[in-house]
Amino acid sequence: AAAHGGTDSLPPPPPPEPASPVQTPGSPLPCDTEGLCPDDFPLFPGMSNNESAPDTDFLLTLCVYIFILFQRHSRCRNYKAELEACRFEVIPVEFGDFHPLKLITVTDSKTKKVGRKGSTSSTSSSSSSSMLDPLSSLLDGSDPLSLFAATADPLTIACCQPSFKREREEETGVGSDFEPWCGKRGDILARYTTTEKLSIGSQKELLNLTQQDYINRIEEQNQSLKDAWATDQKVKALKIVIQCSKLLSDTSVIQFYPSKFVLITDILDTFGKDSYQHFICRNCFLVLQDNFSPDEVNETAKETCLNWFFKIASIRELISRFYVEVAILKCNKFLSKVGISETLPRLTSMIRGIGDPLVAVYARAYLFRVGMEVAPHLKDSLNKNFFDFLSTFKQIHGETVQNQLAVQRVEIPIYLTLYSPAIDWILQCIAYKAPEALLTEMMERCKKLGNNALLLNSVMSAFRAEFIATRSMDFIGMIKECEESGFPKHILFRSLGMNLALADPPENDRLQILNEAWKVITKLKNPQDYVNCAEVWIEYTCRHFTKRQVNTVLADVIKHLTPDRAFEDAYSQLQSIITKVLYNFHDFAVLFSMEKFLPFLDMFQKESVRVEVCKCIMDVFIRHQQELTRDPVILNALMHVCKTMHDSVNALTLEDEKRSLAVFISGFIRMVSFGRDFEQQLSFYVEARSTFCNLEPVLVQLIHSVNQLAMETRKVMKGKHSRKTAAFVRACAAYCFITIPSLANIFTRLNLYLHSGQVALANQCLSQADAFFKAAISLLPEVPRMINIDGKMRTSEGFLFEFLSNFFSTLLIVPDHPEQGVLYLVRGLLNVIQDYTWEDASDPKVRTYTNVLHLLAAVSQENYLYHVDKVDSNDNLYGSDPKFLAEINKLSDTLIGQILDHLKTLGKDENLRRQSALAMSLFNSILIHGDLRNNKLNQLAINLWNLAQKHGFADTKTMVRTLEHIKRQNKQPGMGHFAELALRLPLQSRT
Amino acid sequence: MVTALDLRLKRANKVYREGETLSGVVIISSKETVPHQGITLTMEGVVNLQLSAKSVGVFEAFYNSVKPISLISSNIEVAKAGKLPNGRTEIPFEFPLTVKNNKVLYETYHGVFVNIQYTLRCDMRRPLLAKDLTKTCEFIVHSLPQKGKVSPSPVDFSISPESLQNVRERTSLPRFLIRGRLDSTNCVITQPLTGELVVEHSDVPVKSVELQLVRVETCGCAEGYARDATEIQNIQIADGNICQGLAIPIYMVFPRLFTCPTLETTNFKVEFEVNVVVVLQDDHLITENFPLKVSRV
Repeated sequence: AAAHGGTDSLPPPPPPEPASPVQTPGSPLPCDTEGLCPDDFPLFPGMSNNESAPDTDFLLTLCVYIFILFQRHSRCRNYKAELEACRFEVIPVEFGDFHPLKLITVTDSKTKKVGRKGSTSSTSSSSSSSMLDPLSSLLDGSDPLSLFAATADPLTIACCQPSFKREREEETGVGSDFEPWCGKRGDILARYTTTEKLSIGSQKELLNLTQQDYINRIEEQNQSLKDAWATDQKVKALKIVIQCSKLLSDTSVIQFYPSKFVLITDILDTFGKDSYQHFICRNCFLVLQDNFSPDEVNETAKETCLNWFFKIASIRELISRFYVEVAILKCNKFLSKVGISETLPRLTSMIRGIGDPLVAVYARAYLFRVGMEVAPHLKDSLNKNFFDFLSTFKQIHGETVQNQLAVQRVEIPIYLTLYSPAIDWILQCIAYKAPEALLTEMMERCKKLGNNALLLNSVMSAFRAEFIATRSMDFIGMIKECEESGFPKHILFRSLGMNLALADPPENDRLQILNEAWKVITKLKNPQDYVNCAEVWIEYTCRHFTKRQVNTVLADVIKHLTPDRAFEDAYSQLQSIITKVLYNFHDFAVLFSMEKFLPFLDMFQKESVRVEVCKCIMDVFIRHQQELTRDPVILNALMHVCKTMHDSVNALTLEDEKRSLAVFISGFIRMVSFGRDFEQQLSFYVEARSTFCNLEPVLVQLIHSVNQLAMETRKVMKGKHSRKTAAFVRACAAYCFITIPSLANIFTRLNLYLHSGQVALANQCLSQADAFFKAAISLLPEVPRMINIDGKMRTSEGFLFEFLSNFFSTLLIVPDHPEQGVLYLVRGLLNVIQDYTWEDASDPKVRTYTNVLHLLAAVSQENYLYHVDKVDSNDNLYGSDPKFLAEINKLSDTLIGQILDHLKTLGKDENLRRQSALAMSLFNSILIHGDLRNNKLNQLAINLWNLAQKHGFADTKTMVRTLEHIKRQNKQPGMGHFAELALRLPLQSRT
Repeated sequence: MVTALDLRLKRANKVYREGETLSGVVIISSKETVPHQGITLTMEGVVNLQLSAKSVGVFEAFYNSVKPISLISSNIEVAKAGKLPNGRTEIPFEFPLTVKNNKVLYETYHGVFVNIQYTLRCDMRRPLLAKDLTKTCEFIVHSLPQKGKVSPSPVDFSISPESLQNVRERTSLPRFLIRGRLDSTNCVITQPLTGELVVEHSDVPVKSVELQLVRVETCGCAEGYARDATEIQNIQIADGNICQGLAIPIYMVFPRLFTCPTLETTNFKVEFEVNVVVVLQDDHLITENFPLKVSRV
């Protein structure tokens, strides 16, 4: 590490340049200076004991002696010249010059060789250019991959063709824009539930299953089906499936039917896939391709498959037979090319035999589901299925159904909603990539049927939003005509609203649509129904109208949900409304000027939801607020929101939660600016401090903000404070000084003291800066040895060392107090370090001492490396006064004595490797900072060099490089003595 | 240790016709050498007739006439006494399926009172202390295609209370009208029975509509005969109160082995019928019967 010129570990970052302003002048900082005057320093023990040291190590003893005699041991530095000398030479690069990043020459021949590999045809790519970008050359077709694809190799073509074919087929098939069934099943399961008892199998047994038991039973069946396949019990698998599909003819607990359908068709799907896979496996060569001809299928597999079809054809029950046949529809491929296209129409008309309209419509949905997957190109057959449905539509209102509902005590509107998942799905399949004309035709057909609310709703759910949106007025008309007793109207309006959230209706209709729709929605009596609609329609309102209309809607929602505290059951919808409003109105001035916005927030009375909503608001604010703000409306409202978040914190709040709340609040604080009105800004911070006192990160943010304010003031005053601004920056310092102690994390406190001290210094508040530094020094002894980092206990040494280095760097420029002794802060700090209980007399302490040596070397320079503008540092105060230098030397001696003592201990404890490393580090420090023309110092360096090598722990490479560096330094002006030094440093060869 | 004997036919579906050659392999696998005293193959085709319990009294006198009727029989020795090496030994064989003196190979049929079955049996006789090994497998015979075309014979039907026979109290019957059509009662065994059915109206809702496939087996000779009709399968084509005025499909696949082309010989007959059964919610059962002529083309 010592090799390169200028391993100058000393100069730290110059003090930060934040911004700043004010409080009442005069009041001096409440800091006391206890125990910091130099006289109190017990100065380092051990210094006088040198002679009595055991002479086990002659080297060390020697070293110790040398030091007492010294006058000045740091060499003079010309920082500017050094910087110049060490900087890399800058050479301008001419265009076209060689540059390693600019040009990579790729030889053409190589590229081509790779390209031809594996192909018999000759490629005639001879494109060559002198300047070849490897990337672009890959793209122009000479890369191995594209060459391979371009060759006329018959094998390649044979390989590629099937995949081309498949691609073409997929055009007519189903793309990723088709929402698959699996997306729906969760919703259905959640929506159609029951508390009634269910039964599996014959009515006699198991009549009393709860819904969950029932689901478990079916899951068991699913499991045994899997087991059956795994053990190759095909017949058993088939039997299980037949048993399961039988359950679908049972409508005894009709509210549960859609969920039952989902559960059982899951099993059927598994069965269908497994059996297809089973036959595929029997024909290994088919595995890769989807388009095989039945002739390629081997006889045994065909025979087994045929057997299955015969077995299934003889299933007695219509519904079981239908479902099993549909499940294995794909297997028809094994027997005949036209198998699927012939079977599909037959299965379609088979459904006509299902008398119960609900059972039938789900059977149709299942046929659509499998059909879309297996034969999406047979759209016409699939559509026939829907027309069949329309012609049996009257069944829904038939007498049989009425009787059934009477027995089960189910209301017609509830019953009708059971159809929705199936019809939605069917219409979605039909509408997928369908031409406009077809959709129009479908709509006409739906219109013709009497009470068409059910269909209307599904049309709105399934068809393209644009299609619906352009006809919004028609739909509103149709909805109005629907019977009151039938399908629930609020669901219809909800569906329409969802379309309008996605697509825009014609410009001219927009207001009328809102008026017409809201006229109906506002009359809904059930708060749940109402809020479900409102939740959807708010999006439309926000998108196309101004805050006036949105405000009206919000007011209406409040009116509907306040009676009987109805909002308590509608938090999720209300939350969704807020989210949508926020999403559409990023301008918080507009948002908060809606008079109903805050009252709307008041409906969130459950704390957890309230906090969620607040977070949501803050999230949008932080992300979208572009400019700093001082708008009192925004500030008031957001203060309120943030306070709500802050006040939700209690002893049980999780750390993560606190952190995220703090992030939001801090974000808000950063967005507040009163421009040049610094005093107002500071009083805002004062208010914020009292409001958010429980969240530490927010307090930290506030301290930073106040420091920033101080620096801002300095900037405005161009460094020259007036009476008034000086008082203001002192007030800022006071703010920080009182706030910091309330923080719990000790390192945060330390760093903030240091930071605030730097800011105070930059603002020429010397006594305040002193107070901060003293506070930091007095706090140091409290630093625990172990701290908790992310739930694990870690030693704090690293942090402490880092902080101290940073601190010392700052102390370089802190001028001494006229009434205190020389370098009294440094001494004070050293005393604390000395007394601090370090872990087993560890190296960090000594490393810190080494750093202090660097500091002392810097302090003794005539001109310091850096300064604070308008603050005289010690270089100017003392002007290299010999007394001052003597003090520094005395201190250095003590420090070196300490370090050598430590080296000695290491020798005793057999920690020789550490000893070697430390000796080397001290050597390096002396090399860089010491004046080696001084013989004694020179001798010390040589002794350290030898000590480092003494026990064979020195890294030879490092030693060699260090030596080379010394030799090189020799050529620098005024460093002639290095040549001699180099001669006196032997390299120990390790054998 | 264990010697396994297996028979494997060349055709996976095991279906053969008269005049074709039945071929396959005998497979013997063993870890040791297998000493044996000859391996033989026997091919047989037999008609078994059985008398239904209710007919037994009448038929005691004609006991002889229900002896199995042999259709084909032959026997070959595939290996002379000796030793087979250890491992897997495959011995191929062939049987020509030909019959003499105007006999016909009837199609395989598994019924209740009539069974037409073809088997192939392999016997390995073994020296003392080792059991003889036997393996039997059934193969299926399809009769030769019928000469001449099967002309479709569609039947339209209409069922109403007036059209019914066997009614106890006509007055208690609800009003209904069911129309329908079978595309053909001359059926090809490999093709499904198709048609359609419409419930034009019904006072009592329909509970179920079923197709009942019935076999009619007749055993006997000049002295007398027994005729029994039994159900082969029952296929539901409508479940619940179906939409009135909307045609529902009639569709039934003829099950393999349990059906064969309609067969009429001097000793026995095998015929098929289908019943269209409509069950009403009040459990009224309305049946319409259609005799079928099944053939193979």
